[in-house]
Amino acid sequence: MKHASHYNDLGFELTIDLNPSLRQITMENLGGLFNPSSPEMEAMAGLTYYTIAITVVILGIIVIAVAYIIIRYRKKPGDDSEPYQDFGNIKLEIVWTAIPIAMVAVLFLLTCSTMKTVDPPAGDREPDLVIIGHQWWWEIRYPSSGVSTSNEIHIPAGEKMLVRLESIDVIHDFWVPELGRKIDLVPGHPNYIWLVAGKPGVYLGACAEFCGEQHANMRIRVVAEPEDEFNKWQDEQLAIPRTPTEGIAGEGAKLFQTMACMNCHTIRGTAAAARVGPDLTHLADRATIGAGVLTNTPENLAKWLANPQRYKQGAFMPNMKLSDSEVKSIVAYLEALDEQ
Amino acid sequence: MSSRIPLVPENTVPLPSLKANNGLLSWVSSVDHKQIGIMYLIITLIYFLLGGVEALLIRVQLAHPGNDFLTPELYNQLFTMHGTTMIFFVVMPFLIGVGVYLLPLMIGARDMAFPRLNALSFWLFFFGGILLYYSFFTQSGAPDVGWFAYAPLSEKPFSLNKGPTYWALGLLASGIGSVASGLNNVVTILTMRTPGMTMRRIPLFVWMMLVTSLLLVFVIPIITAAFAMMLLDSILGATFFTPAHGGSAILWQHFFWGFGHPEVYILILPAFGIISEVIPVFSRKPIYGYEFVAASTVAIGLLSLGVWAHHMFAVGLGNVTNAFFSLASMLIAIPTGVKVLNWVATMWGGRINFATPMLFGTAFIIEFVIGGLTGVAIASVPIDWVVTDSYFIVAHFHYAIFGGSVFAIFAGVYYWFPKFTGRMLSETLGKWHFWLTVIGFNMTFFIQHFLGVMGMPRRTYTYYDMPYWGPMNLISTIGAMILGLSVIVFVWNILVSLRHGKPAGDNPWNAWTLEWATTSPPAVENFELVPPVRGRRPLWDLAHPDMPDEPDAKIV
Repeated sequence: MKHASHYNDLGFELTIDLNPSLRQITMENLGGLFNPSSPEMEAMAGLTYYTIAITVVILGIIVIAVAYIIIRYRKKPGDDSEPYQDFGNIKLEIVWTAIPIAMVAVLFLLTCSTMKTVDPPAGDREPDLVIIGHQWWWEIRYPSSGVSTSNEIHIPAGEKMLVRLESIDVIHDFWVPELGRKIDLVPGHPNYIWLVAGKPGVYLGACAEFCGEQHANMRIRVVAEPEDEFNKWQDEQLAIPRTPTEGIAGEGAKLFQTMACMNCHTIRGTAAAARVGPDLTHLADRATIGAGVLTNTPENLAKWLANPQRYKQGAFMPNMKLSDSEVKSIVAYLEALDEQ
Repeated sequence: MSSRIPLVPENTVPLPSLKANNGLLSWVSSVDHKQIGIMYLIITLIYFLLGGVEALLIRVQLAHPGNDFLTPELYNQLFTMHGTTMIFFVVMPFLIGVGVYLLPLMIGARDMAFPRLNALSFWLFFFGGILLYYSFFTQSGAPDVGWFAYAPLSEKPFSLNKGPTYWALGLLASGIGSVASGLNNVVTILTMRTPGMTMRRIPLFVWMMLVTSLLLVFVIPIITAAFAMMLLDSILGATFFTPAHGGSAILWQHFFWGFGHPEVYILILPAFGIISEVIPVFSRKPIYGYEFVAASTVAIGLLSLGVWAHHMFAVGLGNVTNAFFSLASMLIAIPTGVKVLNWVATMWGGRINFATPMLFGTAFIIEFVIGGLTGVAIASVPIDWVVTDSYFIVAHFHYAIFGGSVFAIFAGVYYWFPKFTGRMLSETLGKWHFWLTVIGFNMTFFIQHFLGVMGMPRRTYTYYDMPYWGPMNLISTIGAMILGLSVIVFVWNILVSLRHGKPAGDNPWNAWTLEWATTSPPAVENFELVPPVRGRRPLWDLAHPDMPDEPDAKIV
């Protein structure tokens, strides 16, 4: 389980899965390369460890040689003699050219075999998951079931998911450090990767290719669950909620359809079907708002609606100048959608 | 020869001094390679301070998670300008400037082959930099799309401000200057050598500048053309790099890195040249394996043209393409390793004088080897998939460019300052500068290797408070402050030594190449008389007529 809290001088705090054993130095806490959580990541981590070990040995040899030289061949005070003028030795040159050639050959062979492990060809298989990069959030679609969500990817633990990655605007990069490789989301050039989590857990990631003003706040949560929990989640996502008509939530539903909200967002079962911003049908199920800027609580959702630019400057959701009561109604509506 | 008959008559006529006409106009209108070289050095020092301040602001912002010291907009402008400044307006022009100053002296020439072209190069660089920095004063601010300016982010509709346009125009102008410098260097080295100075005898710095200059001539036009296409896109509505209208975003990356990776060698090869001059002189031995050091430079130059896509392993070019560029990139380790081992072998058995130039030269070997070894590691595609676009890469290339190029530049400044100015830099301040640099540099960047593999992405104005990330970033920021302090000591040393430094004399380090055979600073046409060249170390031959480097050499 990963955990992080995000303090902000604006006076709010984001806490995700706070783990009490946070202060211990464990491989799990260090994360990333230190906690490979898929067979692919294990293969890459193994190659990285091996290579780093070799480079540390080479560095060690050079450091020791230079340290010896500094002690042994330092000019003594008053000694102005010229040392033996040595112009070189061809045999030595051949030896120290040949050794690196052999090392490079080995590294290259390991590189090719690891590439094959991480990126086996997919054949004609249809993708299980489509991830579409937007400035600055992730659209997540499951083509076989029709589920559509954002920023939070649910996968069944232990299963190899074929992911198709696209971008709708600029180049982004999908990176969940504990699960595997980076892969760019390039407009006009779809890419494929395998996404696997060895065991259930929450794995945090982020966009790794600079994509504009809010590149820092384009975060990914991968939730790997046992098969039955994943299926249950999928069914819940597919449910089309009834639109509330009464009370404060009913107010919110009306506001949503009459204000600009529906120009960008989808809520299934209503007229709102735009794909500019995230699908909000099951927003209340998700852990964060704004691709990881705020923890998803009704209070934070109200703050976000009151002025998204305060928390994510430059994001395409403008300050709608909603009144407090309008904010309250829309929050009630979005929360109510998930209760049915 | 044992009777020590001087081979060169004693020079009794005082040589004309630069001080005779050093008004501002004499500089602005100058076509003298030394004055132009000095102007390059002064301007790059100013840009070094600007780029350094940008770096410190970035580090302050990252000192703790969730900091709001800088807005995301300003942060993005600062990291773009830091990278652009340090590469295009500090390291590259510094090395060109040192080259312009030293090449004619080292080969016994009076000036560059094309002195006016030399001046044109400098002024294109000068005004290119001003054009870039002027963007800070415009309404839309400085460019904020990274020093790599990936399309389509750098183009409409994703960049509606004019920052990237200033960026492309500024670099276009200074790039044309760089091509002209490259051509000028190549022609100078090939045609202006003094009699006896064969290609097998030119100093290694000259060899490395020759290869660098050829790279400039071959690769800067790639990016110049790409800038033109980018400007057509942004000003005239062309669509070279916009996928929405049939262009290709990946094409820009091929152009950019087709230039951008050889550029890395443009930044490091002259640094290798400086080190190949400093280490022998302070070890009191000739360079070990001259032919291998020179030939490995040529090998690096050629290989560097075929490695660019290792910056694109995450783009999805396919495993065959990735494997090709992976192997090509790993091969560069071989000639580079040859160089490092030859430097170490040069020091082996010497009488090493650890004056400041040699301190930086020795530290260069270690720091550069760290950057080089991580470079070999990330040439491996799966390792690159793990670390690319993370802080590991920030650590890697700062070890290569700061630990490599900039350490060598400091070595070169302490080594040649006496030749440039006639005065020595202070050794006491030099040692302070050296130790603060070593501590600050390693403290800033070593820890970033770990941040990267733990999952911290690059180019983000803020980051989650993941375990240890905050304290590790704080250590890095403190290191950067120490590095900032070291630069203050360096600048102080230059300012004090210019006025009060110990007079240098012609050859304070008892070095062997021709630039030390003339006065410090050299007179307008460099040499009253060029000493005879019968080997690689003309001044060694003069001082040791009983044991010259090439005993059988004939006087040309």
